[in-house]
Amino acid sequence: MAINWFKYSAPTTFYGLAGKLIPWFAISSAILFVVGLYIGFAVAPADYQQGEFYRIIFIHVPSSILSMFLYLVMAGYAALGLIFNTRLSAMMATAIAPTGALFAFISLWTGALWGKPMWGAWWVWDARLTSELILLFLYLGFIALHASIDDPRRADRASALLAIVGSVNVPIIYFSVKWWNTLHQGSTIKFSGTSMHVAMQQAMFITLAACWLYAIAVVLARVRSIILERERNTTWITELPEVRS
Amino acid sequence: MTVATGMKKTTLLGLLALVIRRDLVLAMRRRADVLTTLIFFVMVVSLFPLGVGPEMDMLRKMAAGVLWVAALLSSMLSLGRLFSADYLDGTLEQMMLAPQSLSMLVLGKMTAHWMVSGLPLVLMAPVLGLQFDMPVQALGVLIIGLLLGTPILSMVGAIGAALTLGLRGGGVLLSLLVLPLCIPVLIFGTGAVEAVSTGLSAVSHLSLLGALLVLALVFTPWVTAQALRISME
Repeated sequence: MAINWFKYSAPTTFYGLAGKLIPWFAISSAILFVVGLYIGFAVAPADYQQGEFYRIIFIHVPSSILSMFLYLVMAGYAALGLIFNTRLSAMMATAIAPTGALFAFISLWTGALWGKPMWGAWWVWDARLTSELILLFLYLGFIALHASIDDPRRADRASALLAIVGSVNVPIIYFSVKWWNTLHQGSTIKFSGTSMHVAMQQAMFITLAACWLYAIAVVLARVRSIILERERNTTWITELPEVRS
Repeated sequence: MTVATGMKKTTLLGLLALVIRRDLVLAMRRRADVLTTLIFFVMVVSLFPLGVGPEMDMLRKMAAGVLWVAALLSSMLSLGRLFSADYLDGTLEQMMLAPQSLSMLVLGKMTAHWMVSGLPLVLMAPVLGLQFDMPVQALGVLIIGLLLGTPILSMVGAIGAALTLGLRGGGVLLSLLVLPLCIPVLIFGTGAVEAVSTGLSAVSHLSLLGALLVLALVFTPWVTAQALRISME
């Protein structure tokens, strides 16, 4: 059976699909948050070195991972939009940017809250912190560029190019900052075994999944709004029940 | 002065030289613009001792960073002019219609921009470095670093300039887009000076700057050309 993969690349069909998917992602995200945070705060033991302070990682680590991952996804959609000239890809990229920026901000904020008791400073100019900050700047640049161009087509294409240039630059920035200064603790989870307690690990992976699903739900909701806004003059929008009422 | 001189066929390098000469002539006709950037550079650098105090030990340590950040900021200042005049009088449109490669034209404009706004900073830097009591050896490394790094600023900045062409509030937006992308240049540029003043070799930092320069040289003209096409369509 031939599946038409491109069916949902049109805003018309994707709008309905996204509407149906959002509750699933949102509800499973909420459930996983409750489970993950319960394990993280009630089941997982205190760390022998960091005491109770380490529990911030159940928010901090997932949001750091997602802030970086979402930038790549955003750049990927942006590239798709530039190459194949699909409207929906550009809309997806635009929809992802605020969520990515939010996660970058949360990651910096929770990092500061953790840094104060652990390192004795709210902020240190360490490689990871700095590159996360720069990542936030890149997101803000993307959003600002998109917002300041009135013609949506030009806005999409210009910010797409910026996202791609940024994603090429991200590794360069990361390594330059890394060689510049490093204080942040190395990764605790490596592919060859880990020094973490099982419950901590479980909680972290569950909250990571929860954040991931949250991001998908929010991006889908935002892309629906963007579709409504951009296509407001088309007949299929005016015939939607939620628009007509 | 037109880009293509009559029906005569221009080679790529000839074209490059032509664009550079044209932009330099235009810049020399409006010398005030060039000087403003340079004065801004000198002024920003001079503000730092006033802000942090005149202790020579601290100033010596800060010198490379201050000069680099000031160079970064002043090159942002002149980037807005890279395409805007040509955009307003329609020259840019003609350049895009020209049969010659747009990337090459863009490379020419980048080079001219660097010669007008980057090179003067490099030449001015030793004087300012002496004000900060930088040792001669560190000063030499600083100059080499600036020589390698400021072209990258012009080239990466050109992408931003092309993307923000004709937008309201373009200048501030341009800095917002370009400054984060320039951070590696800043790090390696100041790192080289730091290395020399702690008795290490600056070669690794300078090599990395050189590598970035080559990367920028290969990719940014093409990316800028694409950005111009997006902005002009």
